[in-house]
Amino acid sequence: MSEEAIKVSGVYKDFILPHEKKDSVKRIFTSLFKQKDGGAEVQHALHDISFSVKKGEFFGIVGRNGSGKSTLLKMLAGIYQPTKGRVDVDGKLVPFIELGVGFNPELTGRENVYLNGALLGFSRKEITERYDDIVKFAELERFMDQKLKNYSSGMQVRLAFSVAIKAEADILLVDEVLAVGDASFQRKCFEYFRLLKKNKKTVVFVTHDMNAVREYCDRAMLIEKSKIVSIDKPSRIATQYTRLFNPSRNGEKKEQKKSRWGNEDIQFENVSVTPSQLHLNEEKIVIKVDAVAVAPVENPVFGFSIQNRDGNIVTGTNSQIKQLMIPQMKAGDRVTVTWKLDNVFNDDLYSVGLAATLDDGATVCDWWEEAAEFEVVNEERVPYVINPPVDLQVTGVKVEDQRN
Amino acid sequence: MKNLKQRYRYSVILLRELVVTDFKLRYQGSFLGYLWSLLRPLALFVILYLVFVRFLRFGDALPHFPVYLLLGIVLWNYFAEVTNGGVGAIVGKGDLLRKLNFPKYVIVLAGSLSAMINLAINLVVVFVFMLINNVDFQWSILYAPLVITELFVFSLAVAFLLSALFVKLRDINYIWEVLMQGAFYATPIIYPLTAIPEKAGKLLMLSPVSQIIQDLRYALVTHETPTIGSVYGNQWMRLVPIGVVIIFAIGAAYYFKKRSRFFAEEI
Repeated sequence: MSEEAIKVSGVYKDFILPHEKKDSVKRIFTSLFKQKDGGAEVQHALHDISFSVKKGEFFGIVGRNGSGKSTLLKMLAGIYQPTKGRVDVDGKLVPFIELGVGFNPELTGRENVYLNGALLGFSRKEITERYDDIVKFAELERFMDQKLKNYSSGMQVRLAFSVAIKAEADILLVDEVLAVGDASFQRKCFEYFRLLKKNKKTVVFVTHDMNAVREYCDRAMLIEKSKIVSIDKPSRIATQYTRLFNPSRNGEKKEQKKSRWGNEDIQFENVSVTPSQLHLNEEKIVIKVDAVAVAPVENPVFGFSIQNRDGNIVTGTNSQIKQLMIPQMKAGDRVTVTWKLDNVFNDDLYSVGLAATLDDGATVCDWWEEAAEFEVVNEERVPYVINPPVDLQVTGVKVEDQRN
Repeated sequence: MKNLKQRYRYSVILLRELVVTDFKLRYQGSFLGYLWSLLRPLALFVILYLVFVRFLRFGDALPHFPVYLLLGIVLWNYFAEVTNGGVGAIVGKGDLLRKLNFPKYVIVLAGSLSAMINLAINLVVVFVFMLINNVDFQWSILYAPLVITELFVFSLAVAFLLSALFVKLRDINYIWEVLMQGAFYATPIIYPLTAIPEKAGKLLMLSPVSQIIQDLRYALVTHETPTIGSVYGNQWMRLVPIGVVIIFAIGAAYYFKKRSRFFAEEI
């Protein structure tokens, strides 16, 4: 028995996409006489992929749409064959690529349980043993003898999920199952994940949900344009993934244009955030920016806001709220605005927005979204918006402190 | 070894479930349900009987020609059901193939087994007609299971080949439809072999389906049935269609196995 549940070595996958599909006899006949037929395009879906997943590991795969992660998952499941390289799997593997594989709307709920179960490798007898559990978990006792086509989509998903979680696999491949279902169903999914983790199952998990990656994965892998970008701790991968969608301001001038506007009577320059990466022990963050008056202005107001990856504005303030009046600025006057704030942030990537307005509340001189960014690395991530330093103590019984 | 057993177990579970599902869905929603398994060949029999026995008087020379005719139709229907179903079997399950890795041959095998159940039901009807017609049961009836096995293997092999070809070549279903139309008349089903020129008869008998139908008629209905042995005056000639079946089965299985790795991405 090896330590590795899955080993992928140097895998390439090409899909050959004929320009005109040669799926008719006519095409074959014509291509017999023509030397070249239209030409085929080779799509490189995966390029030199090598990694391994240890037994009992929860391994996340993230990447943009079309990056090749679903192809990779299908390769692990043995649905697709690699063009080059090899995939070794040690243990019984159950792909969870879609719930309710093989469900037939013309059959009853009961018959579908047996059919779906068979596809997951259960004999009739084994399903019969688990049948009551499945039905109870799905909360569909009254509907089992009705045809599936009369089920709501939520009922179908519940039934499929209840069968699927009975699959006794060593290795599970999960592909964005969580994208479906309502809040209570998602909670059930997460509970199931916790159970899997507790039972030391090997799980390969493809998702776009970075919160799930951070919460469940032991390691994660980022794929971009058919190649592995990196394999690292989940929090780092999640940040890198986020970066894909928020290109940094360096050299992205045209991005700036879109998110920056105003009458330009005042212009911001020299924005800095220190430190640009914060760790748990760093308590202060300093945002500093110069503002130059291009034209004379009266009662300017300087403001800032901080936005997290999900687009929520976490906090912000301005000089008016802080009751700092600046009666006027002459053309060419330069001020330096500095904000100091406590590090109460959660592990995430944040962007800083700046605003120079006039106190009439209508005139905008310089409105600059995503003027700067900073990253917070906090191993004690919480699934909430902010994460201030908290002193937690438990007394009364013996408590083991497992912090280093 | 353990893995092999596991895989085999999975195939059996799947096979069983697919056959059961297929049977459940077959007459889903129809008023007479499974009775149609019996009614369809009977209705066809009545039509062909009226046309060929009553009006055209094809079978006057042969004893028990109605039973003879029914048996031929039932066997041909089995062959047609397995092969016609086989063409679209893999493509029709494309949705499943793209989501799960399972032994693909199970799909085709399930289709042929469910047709076999149909054949068994139909053969019961044939036996009832044999009783009504006072057909003398011969010892040669013991030879029937062997011939039916040959039919099973040949139909399955054709289905394997067609299903794998259809993934790449979507014209196959039309081609096969036309071929089957022709083959129906090129097989001694509605006419007795004695009604056509001897040379033509010799040629037709080289087809495994003709050989199988005639051998079963010989075994079950009457020893007056010309078989490939009697047509050529040499029992060894039977090895030709049997050889065709064996070579065909090996070739089709090899081709299917080779192609099946790529079904998921080519459908």
